Amino acid sequence: MSWARKLGVGGALVAVFAVTAVVGPWVAPHDPLRIDLAHSFAPPSAEHPLGTGDNGVDLASALLYGARRAGVVGLFVVVFSALVGTLLGAWAGLRGGRLDSWLSVVADVVQAFPGVILYIALLALVDRPGTTHVVGALCVSGWVLYARIARAEALTLREAEFVQAATALGATRGRVLWRHVLPNLLGPIVIQATSGFGGVVVAEATLSFLGLGPTDGVSWGALLDQGSGVLLRFPHVALVAGSAIALTVFGFNLAGDRLRDLLDPRGRR
Amino acid sequence: MLAYLAYRTLRALGTIAGVVTLVFALVRLVPGDPVEALLGEQASPEDRALMRARLHLDDSLAVQYLRFLGDLADGSLGRSFRSDATVASQIGEVAGDTAALALAALLVAWLTALPLGILAARFRGRAPDRVASALAVAGLAIPNIWLGPLLILLFGVRLRWLPLPGDDQAPLAALVLPALTLGTALAATLTRQTRGALADQLGAPYVVAARARGLPPARVLRQALRNAAFPVLTVGAAQLGALLSGTVVVETIFERRGLGTLFLDAFFARDYPTVAGCAVVIASIYVLVNLLVDLLYGVIDPRVRLG
Repeated sequence: MSWARKLGVGGALVAVFAVTAVVGPWVAPHDPLRIDLAHSFAPPSAEHPLGTGDNGVDLASALLYGARRAGVVGLFVVVFSALVGTLLGAWAGLRGGRLDSWLSVVADVVQAFPGVILYIALLALVDRPGTTHVVGALCVSGWVLYARIARAEALTLREAEFVQAATALGATRGRVLWRHVLPNLLGPIVIQATSGFGGVVVAEATLSFLGLGPTDGVSWGALLDQGSGVLLRFPHVALVAGSAIALTVFGFNLAGDRLRDLLDPRGRR
Repeated sequence: MLAYLAYRTLRALGTIAGVVTLVFALVRLVPGDPVEALLGEQASPEDRALMRARLHLDDSLAVQYLRFLGDLADGSLGRSFRSDATVASQIGEVAGDTAALALAALLVAWLTALPLGILAARFRGRAPDRVASALAVAGLAIPNIWLGPLLILLFGVRLRWLPLPGDDQAPLAALVLPALTLGTALAATLTRQTRGALADQLGAPYVVAARARGLPPARVLRQALRNAAFPVLTVGAAQLGALLSGTVVVETIFERRGLGTLFLDAFFARDYPTVAGCAVVIASIYVLVNLLVDLLYGVIDPRVRLG
């Protein structure tokens, strides 16, 4: 409970997002894809609490389904990236040598492509990008930052007395990694994963916004794109979708900052 | 010093070589037949054969790779599938628009971030600091796909101060909202960095000593600022990637022509040479700018070149 309070507003927003992503589709009042041409772009009403969008789809339902989509993509990308990146980076930092050099070359090349540019180049490979492809594209660059953090931490930990002691006592490299290095670099990784989640939500929304995401289902980005097209006449569509994205990112950023203050003594100023 | 310069330069060139190879591999990885993707399934065998020959798809992978390198080396970057224009000439046509947008966004970012960051560090924990921090948090939270429409709604539709997208009567006025949209996230990051780096410096013993000796506050601040510049510059250069990838979004929202929209249009048209050329050019710009900042560092700061 005290943890929940310590995470403050950011934690609360993240919790709201998480609950919405889990239960959203079950509590949604309508099918977000149901077409009702008679009520296109209607203002909020009793039946449609947030109004309707293009073809009369219920915005509240679209928002709830979109949260599920953002949550699923975010969870997959963050968990995969953090897992692979941390293991690779920590192993490379611990072992050094050729593996380490190759890893930093690959990381350099992947990072040379600014965000969306890499995703577009990757999605150009598939005929019709689906959710899996979007998740895959985001993972291709996602792991690099975690690898860099884990590597830097492992380089310091490698020289720490308790690690040297473990090695001297005959612990294998795998055991040192698992028992001594990984537990001690989790802090920075968790911090990065928290603010990184917000980044993935934006990236997913941006791809859908640009029309690169899957065309089935509902995404906040696609909803925002739809709303931007009719911004002059029906600003409520863009307002609903844009606020959802911004509030979610805001929550994850804030929670990440707060975690940094709590977990990382070096960050305190 | 020379060894440092040489190492950084070699590493950057190696990265660009990696970028080129990766892009080539990606374009060749296209599942199925690119000819089919381009011409559709109903195309006649003659058309297919013609297209295959035109794309040199019958050559071996090594020959295709060399051809790709050759296209980069002679500066043409290959030929677009859609027109007979070279990719380089397509990029050349729009590069100025993107450069103008990126420079304007950089201007917005630095002109907001420096004063805000300095004020926040100078009055740490007090009202200016809290205002600057709140602005920075807000700037980081609002993605440009949402900031763009919001600014259009406010300044274009409601207040009618600035032109709407697609209206290019006044090019300078039309640049304002895109630059604000693109520059905001960078401004927020730089504000935080400036505040943090400067606050660190202002707490350092040399600043306390300078103050104790009665140096004018403005001179103390100038000295501290100079020492705080390095971390801020590094972050600024690293954030350039976000700026470059943001141009795709911002140019799309504001219906501007540029590198971003050229890249995106090529993507939708399955114009692989243009996609590949744009990706190589954008990644190379990013790598080279970061190299430049690294080298600048070495020139300005003796600790870097001797360390």
